[in-house]
Amino acid sequence: MAQEARTAEQHGATERVRRLREESLNTQPRLYMERAVLETEAYRKYEGTVSVPELRALTLRHFFAYKTISIHRGELIVGEKGDGPQSAPTFPELCCHTIEDMQIMDRRELIRFAVTPEDLRIQKEEIIPYWEKRSIRYRILNSMSDEWKAAYECGIFTEFMEQRGPGHTVGSNKIYQKGFLDYREDIRRAMDALDFVHDKDALHRKEELSAMSIACEAVMILGRRYEALAREMAAAETDPQWKADLLTIAENCAVVPAHKPQTFHQALQMYWFVHLAVTSELNPWDSYSPGRLDQHVYPFYRDDVAAGRLTRDQALELLECLWVKFNNQPAPPKVGVTLKESGTYTDFANINTGGIAPDGSDGVNDVSYLILDCMDDMKLLQPSSNVQISRKTPMKFLLRACEISRKGWGQPAFYNTEAIVQELLAAGKSLEDARRGGTSGCVETGAFGNEAYILTGYFNLPKILELTLYNGYDHVAGRQLGLPLGNAEDFHSYEELLDAYHKQIEYFLDIKIRGSNLIESIYANYMPVPFLSVITNDCIATGKDYNAGGARYNTSYLQGVGIGTVTDSLAAIRFQVFDEKNITMRDLLRAMREDFANDPQILNLVQNHSPKYGNDDDYADDIMRSVFEFYRDTVTGRPNQRGGTYRVNMLPTTCHVYFGEVMLASANGRRAGKPVSEGISPEKGADTNGPTAVLRSCAKMDHLSTGGTLLNQKFTPSVVAGETGLRQMANLIRAYFNMDGHHIQFNVIDRQTLLDAQAHPEEYKDLIVRVAGYSDHFRNLSRALQDEIIARTEQSFA
Amino acid sequence: MEGLSVFNIQRYSIHDGDGIRTTIFFKGCPLHCAWCHNPESWNASPELMWDEEKCTQCGACTAVCPQGAAPAGKGRIDRARCIACGACVGACLAGARQISGRRYAPAELVRLVSRDSMFYEESGGGVTLSGGEVMAAEPFDEVAELCRLLKGEGISVFVDTSGMAPFGRFERILEDVDCFLYDIKAMDRGKHKKWIGADNALILENLRRLSDGGARIRLRLPLVEGVNAEEEDIEPVIGLLRGGVRAEKIHLLPYHEFGREKFARLGRGSEPFGVPSQEKLERFTAMFREAGYPQVVIGG
Repeated sequence: MAQEARTAEQHGATERVRRLREESLNTQPRLYMERAVLETEAYRKYEGTVSVPELRALTLRHFFAYKTISIHRGELIVGEKGDGPQSAPTFPELCCHTIEDMQIMDRRELIRFAVTPEDLRIQKEEIIPYWEKRSIRYRILNSMSDEWKAAYECGIFTEFMEQRGPGHTVGSNKIYQKGFLDYREDIRRAMDALDFVHDKDALHRKEELSAMSIACEAVMILGRRYEALAREMAAAETDPQWKADLLTIAENCAVVPAHKPQTFHQALQMYWFVHLAVTSELNPWDSYSPGRLDQHVYPFYRDDVAAGRLTRDQALELLECLWVKFNNQPAPPKVGVTLKESGTYTDFANINTGGIAPDGSDGVNDVSYLILDCMDDMKLLQPSSNVQISRKTPMKFLLRACEISRKGWGQPAFYNTEAIVQELLAAGKSLEDARRGGTSGCVETGAFGNEAYILTGYFNLPKILELTLYNGYDHVAGRQLGLPLGNAEDFHSYEELLDAYHKQIEYFLDIKIRGSNLIESIYANYMPVPFLSVITNDCIATGKDYNAGGARYNTSYLQGVGIGTVTDSLAAIRFQVFDEKNITMRDLLRAMREDFANDPQILNLVQNHSPKYGNDDDYADDIMRSVFEFYRDTVTGRPNQRGGTYRVNMLPTTCHVYFGEVMLASANGRRAGKPVSEGISPEKGADTNGPTAVLRSCAKMDHLSTGGTLLNQKFTPSVVAGETGLRQMANLIRAYFNMDGHHIQFNVIDRQTLLDAQAHPEEYKDLIVRVAGYSDHFRNLSRALQDEIIARTEQSFA
Repeated sequence: MEGLSVFNIQRYSIHDGDGIRTTIFFKGCPLHCAWCHNPESWNASPELMWDEEKCTQCGACTAVCPQGAAPAGKGRIDRARCIACGACVGACLAGARQISGRRYAPAELVRLVSRDSMFYEESGGGVTLSGGEVMAAEPFDEVAELCRLLKGEGISVFVDTSGMAPFGRFERILEDVDCFLYDIKAMDRGKHKKWIGADNALILENLRRLSDGGARIRLRLPLVEGVNAEEEDIEPVIGLLRGGVRAEKIHLLPYHEFGREKFARLGRGSEPFGVPSQEKLERFTAMFREAGYPQVVIGG
């Protein structure tokens, strides 16, 4: 399988990969109803006769035993969640879509899923009647307080788990050292050790462990079915190459997932079976990630190469086959606010390459470079292929990563290993667990394989300032939403305003966290995930489910959004109203309500002559710190329902667009309905002193006390061109990381290209841009998000 | 007057010396190159710049100007009356007006540029003093102080100069400067007088003395088509090197047109110049290499 000749536009090391990649890219995502049908069958068969965890495991087993399986010509890694590429199962136990939901999915221009009349019939006749009032979404929306519902409807916060399960999960290296027969043995021993004399929860543990054992069986059934199918196809195959490949697939599936993998190829197949099982069991928002893949599979690569079983080119082809598999899985269809907060097909499998090893030494190995070649070659949205950079990371690795990143499609993003380790230590993890950790989703820090760290929702910091200015009244929704703490005209000082803002934040955080705790309990009691629990330490040992606090660590994250907008708004008010007295509060509030239509001079002052975050200006940056620190301190340490605590991240996915839609104009000159700032990036157009000033401003936030921050830096190609541009890009990253910055990602595209792509989307089918903690096709973004990306400051220096 | 006149502090400069640098552009220059891309650097005193493209003729400037220097109509400036007070800048709704130039004490400059120390350290960068002409800046005592303070902070100092200053000034800062980026605009005396408006004898003399004294030097050759971009212009530069001037690098800087717009904003006329072809630049590069000077690059 030598590297074949190809043109510059071709992606993929071999013809087979190129064909699979094309198929993955050119297939319209569609609904896959078989899962819902089989799940309904399983529930009708088992519900009421077994415990809840066992019911869930039996459902997975039923699905894997009867779902349609297929092997696509040429593929070397087998298995799909649906019945082929881009086929997305639904999860009626979480969110039972109405017929209208499904019609909208089929009709909508963006993030469309094709739905057939037969799908609609099945939904109407079989799924809705059974699941309508059993879904978690139904249960959640019926359990929330009026205050929660009002705040949710008005865009104060979102809720991650109203149509997706808790997930955000990353695997450890264990699945490469143990097969599921071994896991079943562990489970049996844990059951034997149950203490029915002293342990009042022994029955629950027994049920949970029994469910875990069934879940192991489920994935092994799937493996056996693929083995049989491959043998059957091989017997009938006449092409000698494909016949040989099918026999290899059969041999692989005879080993994994029941036994631990023996080869590099089997290790990748093992991961993929685990991925399918986790993401078929439930829709764990954020999919599932292999995490530190380079370190996990390096021993297999090393041994195979040494034994002459594998060449570097063959290994690259296998990795590329795995990459296609990730890209074949669109995130399950979303609706409503959840679609707005996460408007993407991306299912957030986020691979961290590089970083350090568990013993603290440099973690970069030959497979790390292979993965860089693979991501460069494949140029796919999924998996999110990113790198961890530590002080020990060789410059060669960093430069290679920069070389790919400056091509302008947003991957890889760069994560700071030392920051991740310190964040994890600060949250109580052991040093070794911290070193095995990394970031998943967009930028969220977690102890891979050992932690259930769950995102609970985005929190709209600028909207709460808006409510503070108008006595708690929401002029967009036309209702009293916040506390009536007085009109801003009556505040005599900036401190009074800030004090009121703090009280409103506290008020809404209380509402949010009360709701989230209730939701966590609903999942713990009614929607356990026995398969995910098998592979997450220490669920087997404690006999507790991943969703019920069985993992070694259990964090709940709350994501602050709009820090740039809120900082610049407070800075403009403080500077123009209280310090300089150029504008009265009354005039400013009126101008904001009128979207500055009648007050160009006020707009000019707040927009062009007020301090702004992102310029290394302490006036604004100190305000950023005070807001961030108040938010962080109000959240951090509150207990959740799983024995852990709440912490903050600062990231938006696509939620900054939605949060802007529910707002009037802001005091910094941001117009009504326009997106708020994203991540910890400055407000669009606010930063005018170049990238070092942006990084300095961002580094004034204490990243180490968060669970991740997101910084988007956009460059025009000229800034990163040539050897000098590349070197200095690497140095910028190093310097930012020396200042404890958590994450940085780059979009290197010129404005003209984006405008042209907006006008002629058909000519830019391949254009990928960095949105938030992930990349997406430019043509798949809403107009508002496209405009937003175009407007993000370009750092252009001649 | 106290303080040094500066018109720009450019962070993340990656083409004015090694690593990530901050370039301080001093305002005031004894030379007036016809193709100058920073014409706001000629006069040391602050000046008002006005961008005709952005101006919407709203009249806000006319209303606030205390000098009556902003007559109504498409935002013209009566430059005889304008004292560059900046009142119109804050009032302008279109962002079409800007004051170029502000005076800074050396310690203030050090404080500002020190903010990027982490970036300098990581990249082997530092501060570049440019212009205008930093060697002609007044009061020069403060330039010497600035260099000393930067050195004291452990920050690398590069000086980008035309060489048009008494050598005594170079001697005062030699110890604190890591490297000189030294411009050679034209070797031919006649051409130099015609296009730059001054004789080049002092410039070449200073270059020799700096080189003899052991200073690190990088030559920078702005190349303008029709002015100084022929082989006959390059040959004497090679002669200079053969004659004993030591330069660790030679940068060929092709003309670009970004500066013309700025002439217009200052209310001055400018003439168009041509950009030398890539082929020509490569030929010049080869000439240096063949002569035994391989350290030649196109661009900063």
